[in-house]
Amino acid sequence: MKKIITLLILTIFIVSSCSKEEENLLVTLNFTHHWNGTIITNQDLNELKFTNENGDKLSVERLRYLVSNISLIGAKNYHLVDFGENYGASITVSDITPGSYNLKFRFGFSDEDNTDGVYQDLNSVNLNVPGMLGGGYHYMQFDGKYLDNNNQESGFNYHTIRAVNNAEPNNLKFEDTSFEVDLGTVIITNSAEIEIKMNLAAWFKNPNTWNLNELNTVLMPNFEAQKMMSANGKSVFSLGTIN
Amino acid sequence: MNCASKEEEIYTPIPYNLEVPTLFADKLIAPIIPANNPLTQEGVSLGKKLFFDTILSGDETQSCASCHNPKRAFTDNKQFSEGINGNFGKRNAMPLFNLAWNFDERFTWDGKEFSLEKQAFEPVSNPIEMHANWKIVTEKLQQHLEYPTLFLQAFGTSKIDSTLVTKAIAQFERTLISGNSKFDRYLQGETTLTPEEENGFDIFMDEAKGDCFHCHGSNNNPLWTDNKFHNNGLDTNFSDLGLGKITGDPSDNGKFKSPSIRNLTFTAPYMHDGRFATLEEVIDHYSEGLKRSSTIDPLMKKINQGGVQLSRQDKADLKAFLLSLSDPNFTSNTSFLK
Repeated sequence: MKKIITLLILTIFIVSSCSKEEENLLVTLNFTHHWNGTIITNQDLNELKFTNENGDKLSVERLRYLVSNISLIGAKNYHLVDFGENYGASITVSDITPGSYNLKFRFGFSDEDNTDGVYQDLNSVNLNVPGMLGGGYHYMQFDGKYLDNNNQESGFNYHTIRAVNNAEPNNLKFEDTSFEVDLGTVIITNSAEIEIKMNLAAWFKNPNTWNLNELNTVLMPNFEAQKMMSANGKSVFSLGTIN
Repeated sequence: MNCASKEEEIYTPIPYNLEVPTLFADKLIAPIIPANNPLTQEGVSLGKKLFFDTILSGDETQSCASCHNPKRAFTDNKQFSEGINGNFGKRNAMPLFNLAWNFDERFTWDGKEFSLEKQAFEPVSNPIEMHANWKIVTEKLQQHLEYPTLFLQAFGTSKIDSTLVTKAIAQFERTLISGNSKFDRYLQGETTLTPEEENGFDIFMDEAKGDCFHCHGSNNNPLWTDNKFHNNGLDTNFSDLGLGKITGDPSDNGKFKSPSIRNLTFTAPYMHDGRFATLEEVIDHYSEGLKRSSTIDPLMKKINQGGVQLSRQDKADLKAFLLSLSDPNFTSNTSFLK
């Protein structure tokens, strides 16, 4: 009788443990980076080893970007991924229940969330946009060098922000150039790691072939350039492996 | 059990609350206070006493304050500071303030020290600085009439070692907060800027003009530094590798920490090697004087033209704005003076 009771208790414990585990799955989102399929890490920084669609040779020296409102996380959320400093590329989401999810997030901040100066952690890492451009935050800082038409290394600052037409400084006109990235449906049955891939080459490719000799620095106040970068960004992310 | 042990058991130091400026509290994440070195009134007080005490140097002629003078925002007015033996280093003494908000905790121009405690350790034994032997220093402190009791009150032990000395100094250094400049008061609606200062701020924030904000903070980052390392175009070839010597990575050669641009009134000369005696020279450098090199930061714009090409008026206005970030209340704060 004692053995039966012990077995019963053990069974109840195992069953409840299993069901509890199932209800509390951990999902890790891993942002990885590649150049047209070739994986890159921060060990690939600072070398003129990439060639964009326009044929410009370039290096990556700094890359950090903001994603927000990841669908797997219930409340409003944002995350800074700093590729160069190897920071923020893995986001762990707990308490996921098994099921089918539409995995999506926003690149940058929507206008609603892009409130000037309110995010202490982002202020602390100097991600702000000047008030003269409407304030808020950079969506991305992508800096590097390219080989210019004179075969000299020159800097580029591919910085994305909310597009602003500042032709009339006292009457700024904005266009929300953050965008939603919809990676489709993922089915989660167990704790999992989901790869979200960023193709850096795509920033220079589609639909706007980017000529770094023409568009390199001072892009923040460039209304048209911001819209072009936003358009290119829409083919930058893709769903990778799910383990 | 002897009396000292009993005393060590019963004394509890009083927590020290940092006076964080409203702007810092609103805009920034919390300052870094290591769990193994919390601020206490006794610790801060001891750190201050040590900071100003020449007992830390080999011949007892220099203290930390010899090169880090509070009236000059804790730097000196020399290109290179002179050690006890008349030797000179090759770096300008860095000013000391708002250090608890250095979130990466990489200190010195080349980032070689990974905490304030570790940073405080090195100058004492450096042969071209205070050139002391830590063993002898701690013995002298141990024999001192006051220090054993002060260490007991601060750390619960009267047995002095270099770790506790540097912990105390680091505690004092974390209290050195500068956040009451004219520009701070402007941001809080307590004063107005001159038209020159306003235009200077616009130049600072304008990517098409000064583009200073990418490395030196903004109204939303009152540290006025990113605390990161950049090659800002000072040299084509490097006699001092800076961060590169620490990391061993050639792509870090010629990179040095962005200093805060607070308190520039008090901190001349400028740059890691103190090469610029005036703010005008600094501004001229970014306007026309950039030198190309393999590791120059991509944020340095218009290198082919030597820099961002500011007009004479813009330069003057930029200087006016920069000076509005100086904080005389900090340099005259009696809590920080000997």
